[in-house]
Amino acid sequence: MPDENKYAVEMRGVSKRFGDVLANDRINLAVAARSIHAIVGENGAGKSTAMNILYGFYSADEGEILIEGVARSISTPRDAIHLGLGMVHQHFMLVEPLTVTENIVLGAEPLAFGRILRNWTAFIFALIGFAGGLVVGAAISLVLKLIAGFELGYMLTGAMLGLAGLVAGWSVGGTINHRRARRQVREISEQYGLRVDADARIASLSVGQQQRVEILKTLYRGARILILDEPTAVLTPQEVSELFAILRSLRDQGKTIIIITHKLAEVLALSDNITVMRDGKVVGNLATRDATAEGLARMMVGREVLLRVEKQKAEPREPVLGVRGLTLTGAKGHALADVSFEVRAGETLGIAGVEGNGQTELIEILAGLRAPTAGDILFEGRRINRLGARSRKRLGIAHIPEDRHRRGLVLAFDIASNSILGVHRDAPIAGAFLLNQRVIDKRADRLVREYDVRPPNIALPASALSGGNQQKLIVAREFDIKPKLVLVSQPTRGVDIGATEFIHRKLVELRDAGAAVLLVSAELDEVLSLSDRLIVIFEGRIVGEVDPRSVTEEEIGLMMTGGRARTEGRSNRPEVQPD
Amino acid sequence: MKTFLRETVFSLIAVVAAFLVGGVIVWMVGDRPLLVYELFFSSAFGSIDGIGYTLFYATPLIFTGLAVAVAFKSGLLNIGAEGQLIAAAFATAWVGLVLPGWPAVVVVLLAMCAAVVVGGVWAGIPGVLKAKFGAHEVITTIMMNFIAVSIVSYFTQYHYRRQGDPILQTLPIASVSEGIVTGPHIPRIHALLAPLGINFPERLPLNLAFLLALLACGVVYVFLWKTKWGYELRAVGENPSAAEYGGISISRNIVIAMSLSGMLAGMVGINEVLGYRYRYYDGFSAEYGFTGIAVALLGRNHPLGVLVSAILFGALIRSSLFIDIFTDSVSRDWVAILRAIIILFVASEAAFRFVSRRRAQRAEG
Repeated sequence: MPDENKYAVEMRGVSKRFGDVLANDRINLAVAARSIHAIVGENGAGKSTAMNILYGFYSADEGEILIEGVARSISTPRDAIHLGLGMVHQHFMLVEPLTVTENIVLGAEPLAFGRILRNWTAFIFALIGFAGGLVVGAAISLVLKLIAGFELGYMLTGAMLGLAGLVAGWSVGGTINHRRARRQVREISEQYGLRVDADARIASLSVGQQQRVEILKTLYRGARILILDEPTAVLTPQEVSELFAILRSLRDQGKTIIIITHKLAEVLALSDNITVMRDGKVVGNLATRDATAEGLARMMVGREVLLRVEKQKAEPREPVLGVRGLTLTGAKGHALADVSFEVRAGETLGIAGVEGNGQTELIEILAGLRAPTAGDILFEGRRINRLGARSRKRLGIAHIPEDRHRRGLVLAFDIASNSILGVHRDAPIAGAFLLNQRVIDKRADRLVREYDVRPPNIALPASALSGGNQQKLIVAREFDIKPKLVLVSQPTRGVDIGATEFIHRKLVELRDAGAAVLLVSAELDEVLSLSDRLIVIFEGRIVGEVDPRSVTEEEIGLMMTGGRARTEGRSNRPEVQPD
Repeated sequence: MKTFLRETVFSLIAVVAAFLVGGVIVWMVGDRPLLVYELFFSSAFGSIDGIGYTLFYATPLIFTGLAVAVAFKSGLLNIGAEGQLIAAAFATAWVGLVLPGWPAVVVVLLAMCAAVVVGGVWAGIPGVLKAKFGAHEVITTIMMNFIAVSIVSYFTQYHYRRQGDPILQTLPIASVSEGIVTGPHIPRIHALLAPLGINFPERLPLNLAFLLALLACGVVYVFLWKTKWGYELRAVGENPSAAEYGGISISRNIVIAMSLSGMLAGMVGINEVLGYRYRYYDGFSAEYGFTGIAVALLGRNHPLGVLVSAILFGALIRSSLFIDIFTDSVSRDWVAILRAIIILFVASEAAFRFVSRRRAQRAEG
């Protein structure tokens, strides 16, 4: 191997500015060829920006990029693909109704007549068809005139046949060679050990399989350097370990892999080298064997952080929330099927499960945003099925929604206006007609201070806050109603380590103060460390209850995918009390 | 202050740019741009008559501009202000026609109520259709426009027209002789200012409805930004999912916003029937409802902005006649072109914002 290929990718002094924000500040990054390189950092640290520059989505304001030792200018993803880069996005870019093969070859399809002048085959065929049609049309009308004395008109006939030729030529030139496509896909999938059914439709695949298709897509285009953006966010533990095996084998076959993540355990398990970013700067480059989780977290946040949630043993009291036979039938069948559980005051019940197995629907039903098809919801023994979202909030049910941009905040409103969403009709915030702006501002100022929302300027629109601060604002608003029950969904998604630590502490405080907490999270670590009891949901059913202190990730992972490991499911269904 | 500047700067640019482009057009047809500008300002603002007429023309546009703005604040596009104001204007006249001999004050109050209620109902129907069935308000309000025009024309033609009148208009509800109006009507500004010792020319049609329009601006502002209902309405407009999460009914607010919008549009009938013509005259609306969209767009859906841009559009209407007469080769269509250019510039700003937001989103992701 010549020396110049020591690094697959080098970024030297790369900077990128968005308005007032310096997203990348003279980034230096060297990724050794045939290695797995992790880029870690909190949200907004500039990891994604750096990778988007590398992949040609953005152009850097300054600095240079070397691919396999040669300085390159990459201004579009097409350039990047050409240089052997491939990117797997966090949100997959797949066409669901099409098959695996069709998705993989999309945009680079093997054509029946090959690729003439790169991608111009169809166009050239169309031109030929058009010219041919013109000539034939003119010839026909000439022949007709000479033989039969019949006037057809050169122009009209020529134009019509020309157009027909254009369409015909385009279709012929653009015909996809499906057999070849399928063969190529199968070859690549065998070569790299990425098993996937080439003829399956994307919609029928699991998330992990879809991710494989994404990886195959980049390999099909000849990628030697793969960039993966938060690849494990949507996977089950089993899928994560399969992915890691695939990535290791790709590395061993000569590929270079860059992985963006914030999960430290995975970084330590998988990568060879680590680059840590903070506030748009690279704050550290180190070999993984020299790294520890605590050290990385400190570098990412810039101070000591508590990675473990500290909490006392729960002292559960009377039941606060009872759910009985909750069922939601939608167009695609059961979103929820006969779900029953209860949450007591002073305890945290966690719900583990792969996303999309009914958690969203469950929480929305409990919060009053959706009506169940069947079943009862009991709050302090009272049936609350018919109460709307605001009435439930008045009873003391707080809700931290999973999608803060869609549900939790009106991004265009200022912080003060967002701080009253849901309690905006209650005294003293609202009078008979008018909102009491002085009370609102005072309350918002207090919340912003108590919950450390930065910057603490209540006149700023919520859109100006970072993800973590937006979440703190929601937590502040919801916890301020002194809730007896908190419905929490993905509380720390896209939230930096500092804010995560803060939100976790607040959740434990609330539990200790006697609130009942129902926690849904896709982060297994999160549910395991916060919950006092843990139930697992799969395809809208509760498949079992486990003890979060003793269960292993493998056991939970198996249950999350429908396998029944062991269940200690006690069925303590609460009784309906007449109201 | 910073946001205020950012909000208004594009509107200002749009207006200035429109006048510049308009000047180029004047120059191209072989006239002097400066003369046209001079005519615009002097005829619209240069005299008490000019100001009076400008404000008179602006009055219906303030109402329709507010109507569009209120709907827009809840995320709805009310294309039907035209139909709402036509239905409302007819209803205003109808009250005067079916209650002859009633005390004028009572008739005026009832007629005003009729304008507001009919406008509100006419817009409320598309609101209900949207809330209940998800029918898109752009389609339904346009259809309601056609229905309003047809029904009102029918009643005017066959039931409320004086026998043999060649003009498609109803019988008068008040009579005018030597400048004295007898019968139900609202006073002109002249009559309102005379007791205060201010001499505002009697010939100017500017009437109480203009003051109502100013009041409406204030009420809309307070409603949208100071009341809890306005908060809910704006929340639905900005993010329906979050509003729902906050316990705010989306469907109820859609109906409320549309009805309010129609009520504001309906108030045009007060100006037209009770303040100006004292009868329903078919085809009186110079597309006030559609111009209202432009007014709201230029005024950034803010009552103050609506007021200012309505006055600008009123000035354009006022000056078009003068520009037509006192130039050699510029016709009154120049004003229509100017209006179109303003809308184009404002709309291109929306496109500009869309692109920059997309970029910002990509930067986040």
